[in-house]
Amino acid sequence: MEKDKVITAKGLTKRFGDFIAVDAISFEVEKGEIFGFLGANGAGKTTAMRMLCGLSLPSSGEASVAGYDVYRQTELIKRSIGYMSQKFSLYEDLTVRENIRFYGGIYGLSDARIKEKTGLLLQQLHMEEQGNSLVRSLPLGWKQKLAFSIAIVHDPAIVFLDEPTGGVDPITRREFWSLIYAASDRGITVFVTTHYMDEAEYCHRVSIMVDGRIDALDTPERLMKEHDAASMDEVFLRLARKATRTGE
Amino acid sequence: MEERVVVEKIVKKYKTKKTELIALNGISFSVGRGEIFGLIGPDGAGKTSLFRILTTVLLADSGKSSVNGYDTVREYKKIRQCVGYMPGRFSLYQDLTVQENLEFFAAIFDADIKKNYRLIKDIYSQIEPFKDRKAGQLSGGMKQKLALSCALIHEPEVLFLDEPTTGVDAVSRKEFWEMLHRLKEEGITILVSTSYMDEASLCDRVALIQKGEILSINTPEGVREEFRRPLWAVKATEMFRLMNELAGDPAVASCYPFGQYHHVVLKTAGDDRGVLEALMKKGRYEQAEILSIKPNIEDCFMALMNK
Repeated sequence: MEKDKVITAKGLTKRFGDFIAVDAISFEVEKGEIFGFLGANGAGKTTAMRMLCGLSLPSSGEASVAGYDVYRQTELIKRSIGYMSQKFSLYEDLTVRENIRFYGGIYGLSDARIKEKTGLLLQQLHMEEQGNSLVRSLPLGWKQKLAFSIAIVHDPAIVFLDEPTGGVDPITRREFWSLIYAASDRGITVFVTTHYMDEAEYCHRVSIMVDGRIDALDTPERLMKEHDAASMDEVFLRLARKATRTGE
Repeated sequence: MEERVVVEKIVKKYKTKKTELIALNGISFSVGRGEIFGLIGPDGAGKTSLFRILTTVLLADSGKSSVNGYDTVREYKKIRQCVGYMPGRFSLYQDLTVQENLEFFAAIFDADIKKNYRLIKDIYSQIEPFKDRKAGQLSGGMKQKLALSCALIHEPEVLFLDEPTTGVDAVSRKEFWEMLHRLKEEGITILVSTSYMDEASLCDRVALIQKGEILSINTPEGVREEFRRPLWAVKATEMFRLMNELAGDPAVASCYPFGQYHHVVLKTAGDDRGVLEALMKKGRYEQAEILSIKPNIEDCFMALMNK
């Protein structure tokens, strides 16, 4: 594996009985890259992501994440990645500080490091005054930003974001993306799924899955040029319309 | 215009021992027959509270509202006969099959599936091949189609759809909106909420809503015309640095990323292009591009949020 490749997948496949959920996908993601992972509902994104996170064993093919093998080293993978989704993020009945402490502990940070990170994180998010508030009492946008910061509290090689910005207002959505850019600047690789096509244009590279396969993979600019489209929305509609699958 | 939904100064607060949350802060609007009216706003704006009040499952603290001419408090039973409601969370019975769900909803409203089939034909025919599958085992897009079929089977006059496209991919969202336009042709009045700002352009009129207050009510085109200041799209290499520098510059009123461009409004009108060109030159940006553009709904929403 080359040094700067954080994810490599070759012919990665997952079958459920006769159904091929992920059909021999191959791609590489570089260190610090913001990689958009797009596809219609049921295209196989979640299944692919679960394999890369070490949560589901592939049926065939190869992949390594942060230098670890997805068949044999799943526990090491889990320690090297962060994960955040719209549905699962923080414990609502713990305070902001308690959530940071909890996740820091889970990821194996020392007490001193957790203390240091807590201060830094509250400062970065301008949430010093909310440190002892219950997460439940925070506005949704703040929760999402906090959840992201906590997902990278252990400085993982990669963070997986599964539709992180659903339902938040447009200003907060953009503030969230500036956190993503800052993480990428620090060398953290960002692997993100979204239904907002303008967000696809913020990614360095984008892949589009259709019926379990990767149908397109390039920079947003080149994809738009290749498909003679004015936006990623058009590119996506054109490719995803070819899908023959109906379920997920 | 024949008014089908009238909302007058509706207030709804949720109180706990310590806190008081104002979900709806005295909002008013009305919707005409056959109109597609969009409530556009983020989570927590008050959209669901409003839908629950109009569908008579929640009482407002004050204000008045009516649906199809019936008062939402006194005549709630009549309203329940003539509206269809698709709540944000999946509303179907997960352990009944597709067909059983449809039959169940038809039975509750004493509706004849055969007689009203024309209304749901386009939608239901897409999931009919799976009619013996349990609703809990359907994909997101299929659940959405079944929920819409069930909300329509008693031929409602007014349809309430609470975030029907949340978490749904761009292709299914487009198909869903095409279905709504066909229903509109049948004379059905549709109130639909969404947090996807790009869907506003598919409505006849929209209310932009934030923290229980309406920021603007207009046609999508009218909302865009309310944005009176020149808007610019800029692009160069090093977009992240450009974002930070523009946002921090004293001449810039606002700068937000929009896909591959940043949208910029300057504080004082004048030679905008000249000012932007100078800024780009000073920062030594390569492949700089500056375009004068029309605002979209999201630009308008953010400008109104900042007021």
